[in-house]
Amino acid sequence: MSQSQLANAQTSAQVTLPVAAGQLGRLSQAVMAMVLGVFVVGMVGFSHIDVVHNAAHDVRHSNAFPCH
Amino acid sequence: MSTFRAIVFASVISGFIVGLLVTVVQQFGTVPLILKAEVFEKAAETHQHEAPATAQPAAAGHEHADHDHAAHDHGAGDHDHSGAWEPRDGFERNAYTAAANVLTAIGFALLLAGFFAMRSGATGRRVSWHEGLLWGLAGFAVFTLAPGLGLPPELPGVPSSPLLSRQIWWLAAVLATAGGLALIVFRRTVPAAISGVILLTLPHLIGAPDLANIETNVPSSLSHQFVTAVTVTSLVFWTLLGGLTSAVFARFDQRA
Repeated sequence: MSQSQLANAQTSAQVTLPVAAGQLGRLSQAVMAMVLGVFVVGMVGFSHIDVVHNAAHDVRHSNAFPCH
Repeated sequence: MSTFRAIVFASVISGFIVGLLVTVVQQFGTVPLILKAEVFEKAAETHQHEAPATAQPAAAGHEHADHDHAAHDHGAGDHDHSGAWEPRDGFERNAYTAAANVLTAIGFALLLAGFFAMRSGATGRRVSWHEGLLWGLAGFAVFTLAPGLGLPPELPGVPSSPLLSRQIWWLAAVLATAGGLALIVFRRTVPAAISGVILLTLPHLIGAPDLANIETNVPSSLSHQFVTAVTVTSLVFWTLLGGLTSAVFARFDQRA
């Protein structure tokens, strides 16, 4: 185990998988992906831009997102 | 493969598949009802043009402003809001619906797979498809059931309170329900369970923004059918998405 791996294991007890040196922790990568997901859903389902609303209109209604 | 890449790959693949499947399901469930309701919506707009600002209070102003241009901007059957671009009925409209479904599914899959990565990181073992399905059911409860109690799925043409206040309540209901479920599932103590249940009920005690006076010519039987169609479609969406995303993520998330 390299020093950075040891440091990683110490700072985050949750990370049980070996993490390559210089790589972000598993938790922060997961959070980054989730932020991306929220952004995508927010854009499709909640944007007030008319063009986006019209394109995704039926999906907003079908997902019961507040619409109109 | 890095965790981030595994999450994104798994989400794109399962989101694509589930988004397309749900588009097919919607063509039989929700979309025919939306199209039917738009006929009533159009009729109401024509009526509003002839006799503006009559019986309908607050909401009518909002609806009227939003839908005003429909009659003269577009031909029959179109759905319109403010004269901005919109897809044509038929193939184009359905293609955008499919694209929006795929994007929504990818977005929610990113959320799910993010949780799967955290869970498998914490427990040291992969999230099974079955566990993924349970996460999908949680997503159904958080994103459809809870907000749907206060703000039932609405057909076009049904007047409602201002959009932003409904979006805020929707988001609050989602966050409170997710937090409440997390407290109950992951903190197995009595105080946590009690606070969890309180969190689950809180948005409904506060209550969704509502209109005192709802006047619509969309038949209530149509609205009721729509609530059922949306809820069942969403159940299919979430169980598929949960199961599939966890299975695909487990494949990509190889241990180094």
